[in-house]
Amino acid sequence: MHGTVLLSLILSPELGRFALAFACCLAGAQTVLPLWGAWRGRTALMASARPLAWGQFAALLLSFCCLAAASVANDFSVRNIAENSAVAKPLLYKLTGIWGNHEGSILLWALILALCGVAVARFGRNLPGSLLARVLGVLGGTALGFELFCLLTSDPFDRLWPAPPDGQGMNPLLQDPGLAFHPPILYTGYVGFAVPFAFAVAALLEGRVDAAWGRWVRPWTVAAWSFLSCGIALGSWWSYYVLGWGGYWFWDPVENASLLPWLTGTALLHSAIVVEKREALKIWCVLLAIGTFSLSLSGTFLVRSGILNSVHSFANDPTRGVFILGLLALLIGGALLLFGLRVHLLQAGGLFAPFSREGGLVLNNILLCSICAVVLTGTMYPPFAALLLGQAISVGKPFFDSTAVPMAMPLLATMAIGPMLPWKRARLTPVLQRLWWASLLALLAWAVAAFGVSGTLPVLAAGFAVWVIAGAVADLASRILLFRAPLRDSAARARHLSRAVLGAAIAHAGVGVTVLGLVGMSQAQHAIVSVHPGDGVDLAGMRWTLRSVRDADGPNYHAHVATIDVTRNGRLIAELHPSRRVFPLQHQTTTEVAIRTDLVSDLYAVLGDEHEADGTVVLRLHRNPLAPWIWLGGLLMAIGGFLSLSDRRVRVGAPMRARRGAVPAVPAPAAE
Amino acid sequence: MKRLLPIVFVALLLPGPVLAVSDPSEMLPNPAQEKRAEALGSRLRCLVCQNESIEDSDASLARELRHILREHVAAGESDAEITRWMVARYGGFIRLEPAFNATTAMLWCMPVLALLFGLGIAVWSYRRASRRAAPAPALDAAEQARLDALLRGGSVER
Repeated sequence: MHGTVLLSLILSPELGRFALAFACCLAGAQTVLPLWGAWRGRTALMASARPLAWGQFAALLLSFCCLAAASVANDFSVRNIAENSAVAKPLLYKLTGIWGNHEGSILLWALILALCGVAVARFGRNLPGSLLARVLGVLGGTALGFELFCLLTSDPFDRLWPAPPDGQGMNPLLQDPGLAFHPPILYTGYVGFAVPFAFAVAALLEGRVDAAWGRWVRPWTVAAWSFLSCGIALGSWWSYYVLGWGGYWFWDPVENASLLPWLTGTALLHSAIVVEKREALKIWCVLLAIGTFSLSLSGTFLVRSGILNSVHSFANDPTRGVFILGLLALLIGGALLLFGLRVHLLQAGGLFAPFSREGGLVLNNILLCSICAVVLTGTMYPPFAALLLGQAISVGKPFFDSTAVPMAMPLLATMAIGPMLPWKRARLTPVLQRLWWASLLALLAWAVAAFGVSGTLPVLAAGFAVWVIAGAVADLASRILLFRAPLRDSAARARHLSRAVLGAAIAHAGVGVTVLGLVGMSQAQHAIVSVHPGDGVDLAGMRWTLRSVRDADGPNYHAHVATIDVTRNGRLIAELHPSRRVFPLQHQTTTEVAIRTDLVSDLYAVLGDEHEADGTVVLRLHRNPLAPWIWLGGLLMAIGGFLSLSDRRVRVGAPMRARRGAVPAVPAPAAE
Repeated sequence: MKRLLPIVFVALLLPGPVLAVSDPSEMLPNPAQEKRAEALGSRLRCLVCQNESIEDSDASLARELRHILREHVAAGESDAEITRWMVARYGGFIRLEPAFNATTAMLWCMPVLALLFGLGIAVWSYRRASRRAAPAPALDAAEQARLDALLRGGSVER
């Protein structure tokens, strides 16, 4: 214990605040010097960008460690710790609880942004000097905004006097391993889109977008997109197993805020391919990069400012809200203004026929951005209708289910075809020749679904999901000439398949897997029953018997744990232990859902109220077919993304621009 | 719901509802009617919560609304009648899927507008790009023959 106290004396909150302020200064320098240097062509000033990025990151890391030390050492004289931690809190949550509140999460946000800067400085060494300087300058300016926001309106190191003997503890709902690691992953996704944004602004300043630009931007987009996919899947999984009423996505403004940049980010990583391979869609790609980060920022921070929920909660704390709005206006407005001023410098590139790989990617972008527009409108409509028209309306799950979800169908339908189209000009027949068995499988899936699945949309989606998965397999099969060349040749081709191609196929298949999971969940069965211990109910062809409810205590809570036996035809198939936890410090109760999965379906049980009077216990029981596939698919998408990041072309690095007289790098393998 | 606000600050991806295990005694004895009531209730908003339907909410108002809704269902009213009754009583705010009218026209037309806008821009830029580009010179007969031979994979004499 003395060790941690000593550590917290060295890493004091004052040092933390000082380090944060120092990081602000370095970020300021990182904004001004490289941008000035790039404008004036001063190499020394441009070269300052990389060390400044490293310095800024080191200062923020020190600041973050100080907050961690205060949390671990139970320093309740720090307001943030006193309000969100307690002596009895397990050590893991003392560490992860750092980002479990507003101030700490802003600090984490800034730290990840600085990490992105360091990553660009580290992996971007072969970028042209002026472009690297401008990218790091823009990243520095963005970081400066958030560090000032943290320092001036959300100081995590604020002291409290007199210090209370114990803290108020964390919200018990957050005391969960899944949630502990969810924010850093999600933030990395959000913040990661700052890099494509910085590249876009830098390109506008340079007045030049070329194939090399597309090649540099794409890995960063893929990385951010993979983290965001992971974060969204993890968050949805969390709400499935913690909230305990069988749902996984609620079209809540908070969820939509994460979906919007994911949609445009998906569009961006596809259109960047066109810039890289064909030098077309440049203007659109730059706009999309700006738009994606803008949605990341405005989504998360508008949610934080409370504007979406009610105008009143915004008015309660106007300092933060006004600062955020100012910052957003400056960043987004500035970038768009620059776009307007400099867009004429970007020259349009290669031509292509409407039916071609490029055309397919344009369609992908139109569909994704339309879905994004619908979700954005649905999310923003209620506050605007209240503000401008004085009308209170609600836009919830039924609206999105009947608008945004059907719009995903044409996307799924074209997803299998797109990757097989050749560049510039395509014909449908050869593509369909490679997809005939995928079409057969899809038809089969439709036939099966028409009998086994209720609802038009789920049936439609089931067939398309199989079509997408089969299409991804067919794409790989046709690339390795499976059954068209000797098997040994195919095996050799499979070994040399580029990881970008493999990653794309895996990610596409992941989308299909997720959609199948969603279809399965739409067919879930549930029952809410009130039973005596020893009694049972029938649900989904199984007998669910409540055997007992007993007491058990954890480190900072008391628990009631039920035991439920699930039998089919008299044979025990699962024993479920749902529980309720009472946290005395926070006067809160949480439910711990019991889930038993065999990957084909989930058995899901929640323990409800126990009635003392008649000795009955309320249980909520679900059988959720294919539920785990939703998150499995999300994981596949992220794996596909990371796999494509490990592709040789990314590792070897992008070729230099010839006009700068640099040594050309290894020529990239021919386009897939 | 106030106590949920800090959570919203934290994880950015946390929906509001918590611990909704309804009381089985609320449910209608007729399973078909109960199913209809659940479907209808999931389209009605709990007025005191954020983005939760009355079927999902733990609030006492939601509980009362669930009860009222089931009374109407048991009385044999149609979905449209019940929705009308709810809107007359609590305003359009109660519908999670807003009615189509002058205020919400923009919202409901958004899918079509967005798609048309996107397609329009794509067609416009395609036309503009094709107009600007010089037409590629056509191949003469000899060139065409050589191209055909190349595409067939045969060797070509230079």
